[in-house]
Amino acid sequence: MAGHFLSVIVFLPAVGALALLLLRGEDRLWIRRLALVVSAAEFLLSLLLVRAVPIGSAAYHLEERHRWIVSPPITYHLGVDGLSLFLVILTTFLTPLCVLASWKGITTRVREFFVMLLVLETGVIGVFLSLDLFLFFLFWEVMLLPMYFLIGVWGHERRIYAALKFVLYTMTGSILMLVGILWLYTLSGAAVDGGTFDLPVIQRLLQLGQAGGGITLGQHTEWLLFGAFFLAFAIKVPLFPLHTWLPDAHVEAPTAGSVILAGVLLKMGTYGMMRFCLPLFPHASRRFAPWIAVLAIIGIIYGALVAMVQPNLKKLVAYSSVSHLGFIVLGIFAFHPVSEVGAIYQMLNHGVSTGALFLLVGMLYERRHTFEISEFGGLATPMPRLAAFFLLVALSSLGLPMLNGFVGEFLILLGTYQHHWRWAAWAASGVILSAVYLLWACQRVFFGGISNEKNRRLPDITGREKVILAAIAVVILWMGVGSVMFTRRFEASAGNVLQQMEPARYYEATAPAARPNAFPAALRGPRIPPEGAANR
Amino acid sequence: MFPLREDLLRVAPEAAWCLAGTLLMLLEPFWKKLRYASPALALLGAALGTAATAYPARIGGTAFHGLFSADGFSVFFHLLVGGVVFLVMLASTSFLAREHLPAGEFYALMLFAAAGMSVLAGAQEMLTAFIGLEMSSIASYILAGYRRDSPFSSESAMKYFLLGSFATAFFLYGIALIYGATGTTLLPRMHMETGGILLKLGLALLFVGLAFKVAAAPFQVWTPDVYEGAPMPVTALLSAGPKAAAFAFFLRISLTVTAAYDFWFWAIWIVAALTMFVGNLGALAQTNVKRMLAYSSIAHAGYILVAFAARSEMGMAAVLYYLLAYALMKVGAFTLVGSLSGAGECCLDLTDFAGLGQRQPYAAGALSLCLLSLLGLPVTAGFLGKFYIFRAALDAHLVWLAVLMAVNSVVGAYYYLRVIVVMYMRESRPGAAVMVVPAAVRVVLFVSVAGILYFGLFPNRVMAFVSNPGLLSR
Repeated sequence: MAGHFLSVIVFLPAVGALALLLLRGEDRLWIRRLALVVSAAEFLLSLLLVRAVPIGSAAYHLEERHRWIVSPPITYHLGVDGLSLFLVILTTFLTPLCVLASWKGITTRVREFFVMLLVLETGVIGVFLSLDLFLFFLFWEVMLLPMYFLIGVWGHERRIYAALKFVLYTMTGSILMLVGILWLYTLSGAAVDGGTFDLPVIQRLLQLGQAGGGITLGQHTEWLLFGAFFLAFAIKVPLFPLHTWLPDAHVEAPTAGSVILAGVLLKMGTYGMMRFCLPLFPHASRRFAPWIAVLAIIGIIYGALVAMVQPNLKKLVAYSSVSHLGFIVLGIFAFHPVSEVGAIYQMLNHGVSTGALFLLVGMLYERRHTFEISEFGGLATPMPRLAAFFLLVALSSLGLPMLNGFVGEFLILLGTYQHHWRWAAWAASGVILSAVYLLWACQRVFFGGISNEKNRRLPDITGREKVILAAIAVVILWMGVGSVMFTRRFEASAGNVLQQMEPARYYEATAPAARPNAFPAALRGPRIPPEGAANR
Repeated sequence: MFPLREDLLRVAPEAAWCLAGTLLMLLEPFWKKLRYASPALALLGAALGTAATAYPARIGGTAFHGLFSADGFSVFFHLLVGGVVFLVMLASTSFLAREHLPAGEFYALMLFAAAGMSVLAGAQEMLTAFIGLEMSSIASYILAGYRRDSPFSSESAMKYFLLGSFATAFFLYGIALIYGATGTTLLPRMHMETGGILLKLGLALLFVGLAFKVAAAPFQVWTPDVYEGAPMPVTALLSAGPKAAAFAFFLRISLTVTAAYDFWFWAIWIVAALTMFVGNLGALAQTNVKRMLAYSSIAHAGYILVAFAARSEMGMAAVLYYLLAYALMKVGAFTLVGSLSGAGECCLDLTDFAGLGQRQPYAAGALSLCLLSLLGLPVTAGFLGKFYIFRAALDAHLVWLAVLMAVNSVVGAYYYLRVIVVMYMRESRPGAAVMVVPAAVRVVLFVSVAGILYFGLFPNRVMAFVSNPGLLSR
């Protein structure tokens, strides 16, 4: 098993889904329990990954490489590094919570629901762990289908419209990415006999350049390839003008769907940017970074402003995602090691916090069957615990110090400021705006007098919900206070992303300590191994 | 004067199919009472004929002084056509019983069509190709009008016949002009250097004839009506068989007479782009599932033409792989839709499929898989097919054609997904009946679903076979 640990991680949920499908009987309780056991086991298993990625290592670990298709040479190549490590754990953490959150809310076609949820988990983890461009694309596409069904079958009123919109938007981007992948493969044929889809190999070839035995892309080729990849990721994120699928998909999806969508699926876009766009097309990334940053900043402010005026609570959370993801994209395209670390950290934070917000909104919906803020008001009186948790999550989302959101946003702004203080200044206004819309929403929903009689006798959180929220609260506090425990595992990878943007010979001539983009020692925290072990 | 034994063995599949067809015609009047006799003989004939492909595969070479080639290329198409015909005949056993149609001639015509298609795929000489084309076409005209009491079926046959005859005429004129210009009808001996305007005209006419047969725009107008009106098993055959055979001959001319290929390049480029758009945009507007699938086969012809435009070994491999995948998905989709449509093919509207996911989960699952493969979602053969076409196109620097194909794939996604939406996300109409899927159809479905998944995950063997440079003898 040791040699196939990542395969086990990727396919365990799918095996669970298959077991669910084959299981006879309509006992819903057992279906739910089996789904919970599988997803919880997956979570525990994925925690073992942490030990596989040593601190300060930017290399891929637990690599698996098998020949799969001979012509063109496609390998089944998996590997985990600091960048993907916590995204995988985030996925496996959120999935059991989604199973728990859907315990009562899903009453029709229960078996199929959990099958889809588990297949989705396999797809998402596969995306994060694939190191072969073809394999990556395969998981990227396969994951669409369960999400499509989750929204389309178990969603709210306008679900079919939202589901189709989601799939068609994503597909437009991804099919162009496929063309890009194939083009890159064709170009790699100049250096490697028969070409290759292997990501580390292609990275190396591009870094070496034609003179070093690798390949060099012409300017326009690089721009087009960058565009093909970036468009797919920007739609997924979603970056400002491409975001219109997101509110529909989020609002119409069932709670579990929204949680996975916001928590993990959007991260696939930002992950893709860091994994592919920056290292493979550094010149184009640099060239277009200002434009992308402008779009990201527009997204931050626009998303926040639109969230502010939403009468629908779920839509408010959805637009807050547009705003927060803008921060992440900005951090990535600021090309500063601190902002890259912040971007990765903010991916995790946003997954936890926004996932939690969707879970809480789902809990409100289960009680009142509406998302309209005007229908609520004074809910803290009948359900003080839920209100307390909501406030905690909202505070973490808006970036209160000591909670997780603060660390990520701070690192992004700090890093961005070093290179472009204007970007940071504009983006910082998003922090203020997010405080406005989140606190205002809290106030309108939970505080003040009870304006609607239906709200007077609402039950507070149940034991099952307590488990979900407690788990999230622990993570929020832990990530807020002990952020170094997380960042030290991926700062080497974040630095590596920037390093890969430089030509290879330049770096081989420079000593590790003298590298300009090394992570500043002041931000490292105390428990970092000595210089030299890092960045290796 | 009697042909050599080897030559006869090289056409053993065609001989077996024709023999079985003739026997069926002769014996059918005598065993009218025996319900299973005709289908049994027909299936046996089809299977034996397909198995007899082993002879040409082993002997190789050309038969009848170079008229007919028994290379790997023709072996591939013999197996493909034989397999398609076998599956379609298996599925039509229950269909014919349901529609109360006579069985004997039906199977016989299918077997003759199979023989014709195989001749076309193996022909290395233009008149032989013409004979093959006519054998398969005439059988298909009759089959399209097989439900004589249905006006749609008659309309379908009439349209197919008239437009098909036009196409054949173009084809024949093309052959005549090319013969006039080059002095030969044997493909390997054809030299294009000497030909002037006569040759160009001939090649253009030949191209038009072939474009008709593969249903490429702007020569696709007959396709939706013919496919919609023909009985469902015949539609399955038409969309998978004759198209594959016509593509085979197209490919053979193109690769043997490379000057023709170069001459056709821009025509292929434009026709490919046009066909994709016409097929996909047309399918968007359809509410009848059968008609939608008909438009989708036009679109798929466009995708295949993209690989054609690549003009490389890689392109040829992509075409062959795609034709295999395409045959599996179309046969699966059409046969299943046929048995779900009920007596007289009454229930073909999208709304009739509402709630199918709950009424008949297995049927809906199988149909979804076929549709997802047509759409090109990974893990299916349809995806790898598209992938290989993209690769061939990009390898030949046809970036824009690849981008157009990408755009079309997204448009296609909309109408395939719409059927899945209806099946899983809408409630059944009150009184919607559960349609029995007969055992024979289930076998066909199993084969196509298993094939779609198998070739989608493990394409190595097929690809090794079709990308062998010596596949096509020149």
